[in-house]
Amino acid sequence: MFLQNFNLIIFIVLIILGYSAGSLAEKRHYRSIIKRERQLLKMAVVTAEGSFPPGHVKSSTLVSGSAVISIDYFKRLLAILRNIFGGRVKSYESLIDRARREAILRMKESARKQGADMVINMRLETSTIGRNANRRNSVGSVEAIAYGTAIIRNN
Amino acid sequence: MIMTNVNTVPGKKIVEHFGIVQGSTVRAKHVGRDFMASLKNLVGGELKGYTELLQDSRKEAMQRMEEQARQMGANAVVNIRFATSSVAQGAAELFAYGTAVRVE
Repeated sequence: MFLQNFNLIIFIVLIILGYSAGSLAEKRHYRSIIKRERQLLKMAVVTAEGSFPPGHVKSSTLVSGSAVISIDYFKRLLAILRNIFGGRVKSYESLIDRARREAILRMKESARKQGADMVINMRLETSTIGRNANRRNSVGSVEAIAYGTAIIRNN
Repeated sequence: MIMTNVNTVPGKKIVEHFGIVQGSTVRAKHVGRDFMASLKNLVGGELKGYTELLQDSRKEAMQRMEEQARQMGANAVVNIRFATSSVAQGAAELFAYGTAVRVE
């Protein structure tokens, strides 16, 4: 009896594990993102190129930040179910949102470490990587990268 | 070497233009890391091993691009763009390209 249902038991354990650990990790991650976003509010990041009068810029350098985030087992299952009916796939929305915000935060942190005042021409890029990257219908994990030009001004 | 992803180097003037330079690298993770990543896939969250791998390879791609620009006699690369693609299972290609220029 137990052995017959072994696969089913593994499946249920994985779902419970994915749901509990996954949602806990996501909540914790969002808390840390919001906290750090508040700390780094002073660092201006724009997507425009901007122009600077001569003599105002001391130096400029490329900064980037990236994060690879994967989705948990439970949410992956939800997304597959969602594929049947169509509509918003909330579980993937939060995954990509987390990856992007984390990438931007890391870029800002690296800009601050180099003493920059602002970041101009910020660009975001997302790609799916990992084992499942080439298989259709399965997004294993996403990588978000944010990069831009950090400006150190003459004071 | 000055690297920017805007059309110019802010505060400086472009005096010479050398054309496109590029650098790329294809990397794969060893089996152990891949296995750990697939375990982490169950609970979700950040895959630190992959983040590190991609950052290292991007740095490598940038270095190759820089090397190429240096050989041309440039002292800056402007308008840098990044691209990522997965060429095979578990392997990713990181690609960086830009325009080599000389600034003053």
